[in-house]
Amino acid sequence: MKITPAVLARELGFSVLAGGQSLERAVDCAYSCDLLSFVMGRAPAGCAWVTVMGNVNAVAVAVLADCACVILADGVALDPAAKEKAEAQDVAVLSSGEPVFETALAVHELLSARQ
Amino acid sequence: MPQTIHFQYTVPGDDFTRAGEASSSVKKALKKIGINPEVIRKVAIAMYEGEINMVIHAGGGSIDVDITPDEVRMVLVDHGPGIANIDLAMQEGWSTAPDDVRSLGFGAGMGLPNMKKCSDDMTVESVVGQGTTVRMTVLCH
Repeated sequence: MKITPAVLARELGFSVLAGGQSLERAVDCAYSCDLLSFVMGRAPAGCAWVTVMGNVNAVAVAVLADCACVILADGVALDPAAKEKAEAQDVAVLSSGEPVFETALAVHELLSARQ
Repeated sequence: MPQTIHFQYTVPGDDFTRAGEASSSVKKALKKIGINPEVIRKVAIAMYEGEINMVIHAGGGSIDVDITPDEVRMVLVDHGPGIANIDLAMQEGWSTAPDDVRSLGFGAGMGLPNMKKCSDDMTVESVVGQGTTVRMTVLCH
C-alpha cells in the first residue's frame, strides 16, 4: 500500500497544516535534520522530513530538495508566511506532538510494516 | 524547444523570505520541458544555495541561467565583500554567517560544498572588496 502524507496523518495522528494534492504523494523514507543546508545536500527525494524548523525557508528547502512532506515535531508551529508559501507551492506540512526522534521512528516503522 | 532558453533574476539582499524564488522558477521551467528529475533537483539545490549565499553575505546579486538540450549553465554574480580564502570556503562546516542567520537554519558551512556536489563543473572567482562570480554547469544526461 502506498504511504502518503494523508496516510501518515491518519495512521499516526498527525495534524495537517498545509497541502492539497501533495497529501497524496508517495513517501519513500523518513529523514530528520534542522540545518537547512544539510537537508538540501542530503535529504533523499521523496522523504518525509521531520524537523522543528517551521519557517518559510524550510518550505523552500522542501520544494527544492523534493521532499514528499514536512513533519513539524514537538508541536512546533508553521509560521504564517511559511503556511502561505506551503499552500502556494502545494507542500504537504504535518504536525506531530512527539519529539523529532519518536516522530521519525513512527514514520519509519509504518513504512517498514507496509513494505 | 529552442536551442537555448535564457532566464535572468535579481536576488534581493537581506530578504530570506524571497530567497528561493529564482530557483523555484527555474525548477518549474525544467519540469515543463521534461528534464530528468535528478537533474532538476541538482540545479534547484545548487541555485538555491547560491541565492542564500547572496542574501547572507553579499546584499543580493544577479543570476543568469541558460538551459540547452545538453546542460544547464548558471552564472551568479554579486558585488559583496568577496571571499578571502576560496579553498577554506569550499570546506564543509566552514562558515562566516552571523548568528541570526544560523537561527534560521542556515550558516552550517554547506553552501559552496553543496553547490559543487550538485554541479558537474563549478568555478568560483572572487576579489575581496569587489565581489564573487560563481559559474556552475549541470549536465542534462
